Amino acid sequence: MLAGDEAAFEPFLEHFRRKVFHHTILMCGNREDAEEVAQDSMLKVFGKLDQLHDPEQVRPWVFRIARNECLMKRRKSLFAPQRELSLEEFRPAREEGENGPRLEIADWSDVPGDALLREELRGRIGEAIRDLPETYKAVVLMRDVEELTTEETARVLDISTDLVKQRLHRGRLALRKHLDEYLKVAGRG
Amino acid sequence: MAHDHTKCGDVFAMLSEYLDVELPPEACTEIHQHVEGCAPCVEFAESLKRTVELCKEYEPDTMPEPVSAAAKAELMAAWRKARG
Repeated sequence: MLAGDEAAFEPFLEHFRRKVFHHTILMCGNREDAEEVAQDSMLKVFGKLDQLHDPEQVRPWVFRIARNECLMKRRKSLFAPQRELSLEEFRPAREEGENGPRLEIADWSDVPGDALLREELRGRIGEAIRDLPETYKAVVLMRDVEELTTEETARVLDISTDLVKQRLHRGRLALRKHLDEYLKVAGRG
Repeated sequence: MAHDHTKCGDVFAMLSEYLDVELPPEACTEIHQHVEGCAPCVEFAESLKRTVELCKEYEPDTMPEPVSAAAKAELMAAWRKARG
């Protein structure tokens, strides 16, 4: 078990403290809160290590603790109304072309191979994630940034797997639209 | 036979589950068959796939401050306590 290995302390602390810090700063956008949540979460994690029965589940387990700490920190805004994202707002317009319908979206074909463009888009995606409504952002961070499974994400966030899938899809569509608008302005539309 | 673009809406609604291979096999086959012959759906699916890849590559540029000696001592004490 992790708790039995003193040499694991430093790397475990550094890895998860950084992860929790990044998660919190994207969730609440405040550096001071993120530092505090990272420290308090790691104290809870170490205090409860004996409750982690399956070391394979350490990542979702740590994120569940961090999420609770984050919510405690933000309890005043818990009941703030959340903006709901609908599928229709992300469905691109179509126009009829000679060879059938064509979507009015940017040209993404250079994204895989163009290192500079990818670098620019990585910067933009941080901004787009920060702009997502909180419920969607939480799911996108767990699934696509931390790469937890749908089931692990559902457990961390205390929601059903169907809701994880629904929020993930809408969150991704919002991010895609944000990047698409950037690509259009950059002349790739 | 002309391609049926009325199915594009179904693909749009289920695209993340399709990309994540989380759809039941029948739905997956149905979407796959539609997408194969639908240039707009392929284009949109590619852009969504790239978005997900960029999320996975994302690393925030802000790093936490180094842990203070006092905070590290507190954390080490909690770690040792957990060891029993």
